[in-house]
Amino acid sequence: MAEPATEPAAMPQKPGSAGSGAEAAGELLELATRVASQARHGEPLEVYVSRGTEVDVRAYEGEIEWLSSATSAGVGVRLVTGGRQGFAYAGSLEEAVVAETLAEARDNATFATADEHVGLAEPDGVAPASLDLWDESVLSVPTATKVALALELERRVRGVDHRVRQVAYCDYGDMAFESAVASSTGIAACASRTMCSLSVMAIAGEAADSQTGTGISAGRGVASLDPGRAALDAVERATRLLEATKAKSARLVVVLDPRVTSTLLAIVSSALSGEAVTKGRSFFAGRVGEEVAAGALALVDDPTDARAFGASRYDAEGLACRRNVLIEGGVLRGFVFDSVAARRASTSSTASAVRGGYASTPVAGCRALSLSPGALDARGIMAEVGEGLYVQSVTGVHSGANPVSGDFSVGAEGLMVRGGELAEPVREVTIASTLQKMLQSVLHIGCDVEWLPGLAAGQSVAIGNMALGGA
Amino acid sequence: MEALVVERVLGAALAHGADFAEVFAEDRRSTSAVLDDGRVEELSSGRGRGAGVQVVVGETTGYAHTAELSEEGLLAAAEAASAVAHRGGKGRAVVVEPSEVRRRSEVAVLPESVEKARKIELLLRANESARSSGSAISQVSAAYGDGRRRILVANSDGLLAADDQVRSRFVVSCVAVGDTGMQSGFESAAFTVGFELFDVVDVEDVATTAARRALVKLSARPAPSGEVPLVLARGGGGILFHEACGHGLEADHIEKDASVFVGRVGEQVASPLVTLVDDGTMGPEWGSFAIDDEGHEAKRNVLIENGVLTDYMWDFQRARRRGRLSSGNGRRQSYRHLPMVRMTNTFLVNGGSDPDEMVAQTPRGVYVAKLGGGQVNTATGDFVFGTAEAYLIEDGHVTEPLRDANLIGNGPEVLRRIDAVGNDFAMCGPGTCGKDGQNVPVGTGQPTLRVTAMTIGGTAGG
Repeated sequence: MAEPATEPAAMPQKPGSAGSGAEAAGELLELATRVASQARHGEPLEVYVSRGTEVDVRAYEGEIEWLSSATSAGVGVRLVTGGRQGFAYAGSLEEAVVAETLAEARDNATFATADEHVGLAEPDGVAPASLDLWDESVLSVPTATKVALALELERRVRGVDHRVRQVAYCDYGDMAFESAVASSTGIAACASRTMCSLSVMAIAGEAADSQTGTGISAGRGVASLDPGRAALDAVERATRLLEATKAKSARLVVVLDPRVTSTLLAIVSSALSGEAVTKGRSFFAGRVGEEVAAGALALVDDPTDARAFGASRYDAEGLACRRNVLIEGGVLRGFVFDSVAARRASTSSTASAVRGGYASTPVAGCRALSLSPGALDARGIMAEVGEGLYVQSVTGVHSGANPVSGDFSVGAEGLMVRGGELAEPVREVTIASTLQKMLQSVLHIGCDVEWLPGLAAGQSVAIGNMALGGA
Repeated sequence: MEALVVERVLGAALAHGADFAEVFAEDRRSTSAVLDDGRVEELSSGRGRGAGVQVVVGETTGYAHTAELSEEGLLAAAEAASAVAHRGGKGRAVVVEPSEVRRRSEVAVLPESVEKARKIELLLRANESARSSGSAISQVSAAYGDGRRRILVANSDGLLAADDQVRSRFVVSCVAVGDTGMQSGFESAAFTVGFELFDVVDVEDVATTAARRALVKLSARPAPSGEVPLVLARGGGGILFHEACGHGLEADHIEKDASVFVGRVGEQVASPLVTLVDDGTMGPEWGSFAIDDEGHEAKRNVLIENGVLTDYMWDFQRARRRGRLSSGNGRRQSYRHLPMVRMTNTFLVNGGSDPDEMVAQTPRGVYVAKLGGGQVNTATGDFVFGTAEAYLIEDGHVTEPLRDANLIGNGPEVLRRIDAVGNDFAMCGPGTCGKDGQNVPVGTGQPTLRVTAMTIGGTAGG
């Protein structure tokens, strides 16, 4: 910036985004209900509306690189006529646009194949958990304060360790999101939540030996953000990999960093989707009641846990979210279902419908997965394991982990574990197995549960007999 | 949107003494149809339109967007965007001049003019072909999608440019079941064209290719673990260059010293066999357009010539501050996003080797017919990509199929290890490139090539 940095003026609040989330979401529910009431006889009709505001700031070399503020809203209409489903969406809540969207959904329905399982959710009497997921500070704190947080984070990352030579990105981001779903089958639900985060990537070392580390701090409200911790995390992760080399190929125990575990659970969750299972796209299909994991392993999806970033009172079809036990004592107990997948599997919805936004139809998915914690923390697990590889981060997960076949092969970096302690850093290696074998080979589950943005908690996990591909 | 309105909005954006302002308006309509489990599950259509206003003061950019395309809505966005870039100077008036950009690909059949029933029929044909490819095929999903994106860009330099981008795609994925469990296969065809795509692309071929990939892997053995020589088949592995150096040559990473290619223009960064081009003008390819999302014409840019780094890729904002021209690489996912440096169609040009000879001269290695997705850390140069169809090479012959695995390498190292480039160039399947949370369509391409050693992450002993 040519001039000295000036404090930016506060962004003007857009109309409709002020006030509490509950009020604003109530307004959306009214709209959704009004449109849903236009259902014709024998035409189940569901209307989903959402609105969100976002602020994103990137800091670079003590200045604001960019600041973006936005409000967006949209509607998705799903209906069924004669067993055929139609869907249409629009990025607007204007009355004329919504009416056109409804007409388009009706037209689209005529082209689908009739299917007895297609339909909407129906109220099942389960009361929603009492959850407060809204922190007004995301809207009320001036933009200047948010900018200051990003600048402070960058300053700290650059100031902690002289080996940090650059900051690849340093961001503050927040969002306030409200949604409502109403249907002619009696559904009427609205939800609102806020989230904000600081995230940063530090680059340590010089050209030939550069290493990166990321740090994150996230919460519902601005006061929960901790730039100091995010900075230290990024710096430690980058600097401890300096002078990393490629390890020799071997079979060994890996200790997954909590963030890696969170990523792994997200992959496992796609194989636990009732839709994937009923359509024969999951290696878990037909295995309920069987031992699919190590005996101590319990996996639960609990969106009623307010600590989870995916927590929600209602699912995307307007049923009250509930705690679903998926694996217990190593035995597969069940899957997550939305209403369509549930009918297809002759069971009932587990209130696990999720949707990518107003432009997508609901599908079955997890929101708040976690493993039952064990007794040891990361240090304790490494002491038990003795020799192995601590995996700090993985890459290529979308191309290397297949929930259909279970084949698992990803890029990894981290540090060797020797004599129960972290030893020399390792880069440019792969770790591989199958998801089926990995679940069976879980040796330790950490007590260090850490809720991260995304659909699964992080915790340290040790897995035996992985193939390390290296030099 | 009228030129006079645009001029007033740009004037408002500059009112507080900014260096530069831009309005980007977008109107997008799309249709998708999905067949799964033997049924046409869903025909979905959608629309969205809006505009973003960008205001630049020095190194700082303010951005705000709105779905409200009235003058009032645009002025509110201009006000919000300029709040961050508040120098307190005087404003200035802007006069925009419409530019005539040559259309890259003429759309013969607008998808919106085609009856929905014809789109559905493609799905049914694909389903039938895939299922008749083998009794082990247990599940088929097929998806048709089309999109029309009309954009208008105007900025305080007086630029006013528009583009009408039509894209069509068809995707099939299959599951096969055998004694060894399940395997999946995937194939797609996607181009920056209208419904005439299906005059040249046979959906049955797309379906049988997807089915074959799943079937082949039923008898696949685990991939090796460790370093192996690698032959990448023509049109199957262009993502290697997208990851190994494409991202690292984007000027935003360069400016932040977050790329292993910083300061290396004019140096030998790859084997002399490597000439790499990024070209947004390639007719109907998936990553093509007439103008980029900053209003600048798509270009053909040579990035690496005979192994020597010739230039990086630039968006207009970064180029402007350096006093140079945009390379036509400023792209964004939608009006909700700021533009940044992105690739278009990135490809390796033909060399002189015979592809069959390449395999014959490889005693033991891995032959990759098709790669899946990849990922790179530009600061370290380490990158990965996954195989979607691969085989062992034994005694100079392609032999047994391998289960999917990731390959990992370091960009500059792998570029130096390319020891043969074939004379059989082909574009690869379409890709979706994600960066900083924004997705844009990109193309890749390459002739058959060989890398002397790369680490493959299978589970079998090396």
